[in-house]
Amino acid sequence: MPTNNHPHPSEVTPESIYMNRRSFIRRASVASIGGSLIAGGVWARHKNAPRVEGTSDDELTPWETVTGYNNFYEFGTGKGDPKENAQDFKTDPWSIEVSGEVSEKRTFSFEELVDGLTVEERIYRMRCVEGWSMVVPWNGFMLKDLIEHLGPTEDANYVEFTTLMDRTQMPGQNSPVLPWPYVEALRLDEAMHPLTIMVTGVYGKKLPPQNGAPIRMIVPWKYGFKGAKSIVKIRFTKRQPRTTWNEAIPREYGFYANVNPEVDHPRWSQASERRLGEFFRRDSLMFNGYDEVAPLYEGMDLSRNY
Amino acid sequence: MATLPPTLSSRKRDWIPYAKIALWIALLAPAFILLDRILLLGQFSGGNFVDDPVELIQHWTGNTALILLLLGLAVTPMRRLLGWNWMIRFRRLFGLFAFFYATMHVVSWFVFDHQLALGPIFKDVLERNWILVGMMSWLLLIPLAVTSTVGWIRRLGGKKWNRLHQLVYPIAILGVLHFLWQTKLLERDPVLYTVALVILLAVRRWIRRK
Ligand code: HEM
Repeated sequence: MPTNNHPHPSEVTPESIYMNRRSFIRRASVASIGGSLIAGGVWARHKNAPRVEGTSDDELTPWETVTGYNNFYEFGTGKGDPKENAQDFKTDPWSIEVSGEVSEKRTFSFEELVDGLTVEERIYRMRCVEGWSMVVPWNGFMLKDLIEHLGPTEDANYVEFTTLMDRTQMPGQNSPVLPWPYVEALRLDEAMHPLTIMVTGVYGKKLPPQNGAPIRMIVPWKYGFKGAKSIVKIRFTKRQPRTTWNEAIPREYGFYANVNPEVDHPRWSQASERRLGEFFRRDSLMFNGYDEVAPLYEGMDLSRNY
Repeated sequence: MATLPPTLSSRKRDWIPYAKIALWIALLAPAFILLDRILLLGQFSGGNFVDDPVELIQHWTGNTALILLLLGLAVTPMRRLLGWNWMIRFRRLFGLFAFFYATMHVVSWFVFDHQLALGPIFKDVLERNWILVGMMSWLLLIPLAVTSTVGWIRRLGGKKWNRLHQLVYPIAILGVLHFLWQTKLLERDPVLYTVALVILLAVRRWIRRK
């Protein structure tokens, strides 16, 4: 196990260690609620666990939780449903249609689209709008690189992402919980931000279907639902596209959906969050702690543009 | 009672103490399963790894409390409709355990979500309808739990005691409302509870009219 506190991002800890760590984490958490059940040895190992670069106390969420606790309503609304229902999901062959205000307007195969883009590991906090969070080592490339390849026109102000619509493979789409297919979008400058990535893997492995295989978007300073999964369409638009949760419940889910501890959800506070596996809540951070994106929203009233 | 042949009467109720023990075990089981899943990684109950223990505690105890409340409400209809008079012997246990699980539920929220900080607790209760009705439901359960003993029935007298314990209806309604109001979308479970509650209330009215 690495002993320094700031491992290089590519220093992927072998999975066996993650798998064992889940029980350490649990025991350590239990100890922290008052029982002195556990000997000091566990604590020592706990402290040496890999950490997110640049932050002091963010520890990776175990693989099992990252791939077993998912909101992906196409496969059911329960947190365990996606893992259960997505196992036979076919991601090969996969094609992605690029359209709208863009020069490379056509359908790409997945391989064609990602070919030549540099995949790197990014360890990001993931904050769900429901008030829980994870720390995930994604593998992906900057969306910016892809967009530059595709060449948006002068009129492109937004990028829209659409998830696959397939009622036989995605049983959740038979239920009218949301207006299908799932659509999410970003302002072009948000999409071009170097923190915004397209993800094809996690923990150094191919992205599992329950996490949005074969390709999904991750915008770490926004609530998790912005990260469209299993993307089949990318469209560049002049006007702000309609997005699924915003359309379903506009009062609760805005277009921007930036993590913001000062703007509560109507039914719960966003000031704090529970890191999965922990017992007590921790303070949520403005922009999920990614302050470098603040200039994107300069002059905007974020309590209205939630 | 005195008119019944003594042998028959005692034979008829022989099984009740055993059933009570079985019921105690059944009603404690959810608490043991919960402890096992969280502290022992489900070694005995065979559950999966728990990603979010606090969520599990709150969902598990909330659902158990609500189910027990509804079972308690089902006792009178069962007696009237099916003639299962013995069910009355178990009603108090349903009620007490509903209170037990509701209290675990609420305390877990006090402790894990708010670390017992009163300011944020009050703020949440006042700002959020679904928490407010949950709190009302739990607060109303307290006097019922306190007065559930034979001593209190005597002290209050049957009539007053009965009137007080009618509170279980608003308690159940508030509990169901608490669940309905917290979900993002119309989900299955709160709808099932609502249907069950409506049926129970309808049956009660129908029985009263007869
Ligand atoms: C002060 C009082 C109460 C508070 C603060 C409270 C709080 C909560 C919280 C935080 C949740 C979890 C929400 C989530 O994870 O999204 C919850 C769920 C729930 N509560 Fe309560 N609650 C209270 C009283 C009650 C009572 C008295 C009952 C039962 C009679 C009850 C039944 C439930 C049920 C059934 C759920 C849903 C579990 C699920 O999603 O499967 N609650 N409550």
